[in-house]
Amino acid sequence: MGEEDTRRQSLNVARMKLLGAEVVAVTSGSKTLKDAINEAMRDWVTNVHDTHYMLGTVAGPHPFPTMVRDFHKVIGEESREQMLEITGRLPDAVLACVGGGSNAIGIFNAFIPDANVRLIGLEAGGDGVETGRHAATITGGTPGVLHGTRSYVLQDKNGQTVESHSISAGLDYPGVGPEHAYLHDVGRAEYRAINDDAAMNAFALLSKTEGIIPAIETAHALAGALIIGNELGPKANLLINLSGRGDKDVQTAAQYFGIPL
Amino acid sequence: MTSLDSVLEKCRAEHRAALIAYIPAGFPSRQGCLKVIQTLADAGVDAIEIGFPYSDPVMDGPVIQEAADISLKGGTGATEVFEALKAASETGTASVVMTYWNPIERYGVEKFAASIADNGGAGVITPDLTIEESETWLAATKANSINPIYVVAPSTKDARLTRVTSMTGGFVYAASSMGVTGTRESVSIDAKDLVSRIRKVSDLPVCVGLGVSTREQAKSLAAYADGVIVGSAFIKLLLNAKDEQAGLLAVSQLAKELALGVREGR
Repeated sequence: MGEEDTRRQSLNVARMKLLGAEVVAVTSGSKTLKDAINEAMRDWVTNVHDTHYMLGTVAGPHPFPTMVRDFHKVIGEESREQMLEITGRLPDAVLACVGGGSNAIGIFNAFIPDANVRLIGLEAGGDGVETGRHAATITGGTPGVLHGTRSYVLQDKNGQTVESHSISAGLDYPGVGPEHAYLHDVGRAEYRAINDDAAMNAFALLSKTEGIIPAIETAHALAGALIIGNELGPKANLLINLSGRGDKDVQTAAQYFGIPL
Repeated sequence: MTSLDSVLEKCRAEHRAALIAYIPAGFPSRQGCLKVIQTLADAGVDAIEIGFPYSDPVMDGPVIQEAADISLKGGTGATEVFEALKAASETGTASVVMTYWNPIERYGVEKFAASIADNGGAGVITPDLTIEESETWLAATKANSINPIYVVAPSTKDARLTRVTSMTGGFVYAASSMGVTGTRESVSIDAKDLVSRIRKVSDLPVCVGLGVSTREQAKSLAAYADGVIVGSAFIKLLLNAKDEQAGLLAVSQLAKELALGVREGR
């Protein structure tokens, strides 16, 4: 894990350690997910005889994007069934946050053949896509190759990866799963950027109104739902992937809202 | 026939291995790199690989990562890479570029191959380009008469070795062991096995890289390989040198030692 993320996700690090894992902090480059992936790949090629490589998102070389999608697709299959059962129809839109895009592809997958269901991915807009300090790869990136996959990448004119920025560690990645790039290019899914502030507002709203503290990643999808809900009106059914709990983010959120710890 | 093909043929005729040195463009600085290139050529290096520094060098260990960081902070881009390539070819040594794929794609595949040829380059080593994705690249290298050089590793199975080497030009880059670039105490026995497996499927020269830093290692590799590739060892000397002059002197001394090593193996 990038050193910066071991700080932002210290509770997750403690959990992993309690479960017996060894967690190595990566200090190269931007010290976030991108560099952790670089180091994991370096370790893997060195120890390939007795080591498996696993990636938490739908990026990286084939077949990892497909494998990770298939591990995540149950959420889409079950929620599609339940939407039909409970509301009697398919949702008007399915929303999920997108960093690498694993939870999003997991919930989108079952709905891809349902042409009338809008699939909407919410990327991390950071300080705003126009500031250059963001992680909205599809919204603000260009086609390129990173970590063995061809997709959208945040890069400069020489093809060097540009560092991403987001309040959410899980979305702070300058690449995106290739299937999302495809769904975007063929027009099946749409992608929008949600700035840090909008995500944190949605984070506070769900916490206060539902008593559920969402992950900051997930708060981007919630912020998107507020916008799409306004666009589609009160009769629309939105399916939002509440992909993570915010326990791990309480420290970051407290800091953001100025709550003394 | 490229200048690289000629150099490797000449070394073969002299019953010795070629010495190939790697230096990233823009390292230790834009001008410093050009001096390193001249120093390497003067010390008897047969071919020079110019590295295109990249933000995410997953095949490289900490030494080349650090050099790439320094170079990128100094603003190195395609212009500086081609400038260094031109300088290398003007010394009379065969010169190639080693680069990850994304900078090529960003620059333009056709245009990149053309710029290599325009600046006297003999070929390009592409460690993260798979043969399955190589169609446009192979067409571009062919159109510009430069060598497409692929990397194989001890983990590469025989059937794939046949396919990869059939698309390769110049030489086959054999990674001596599983892992990233960087100096090692000893060069793995995997290297010898890999070279003999390549010989069974290809007539191309085979050059071995990853981990070589001493005359002794160069000598032992020269016994069975057509070329010995050294990168991190030079870069380490430049990183540790107290000033540029000291760095160049150390590079010159090591290159001369290695040049002796590649002549001693057989």
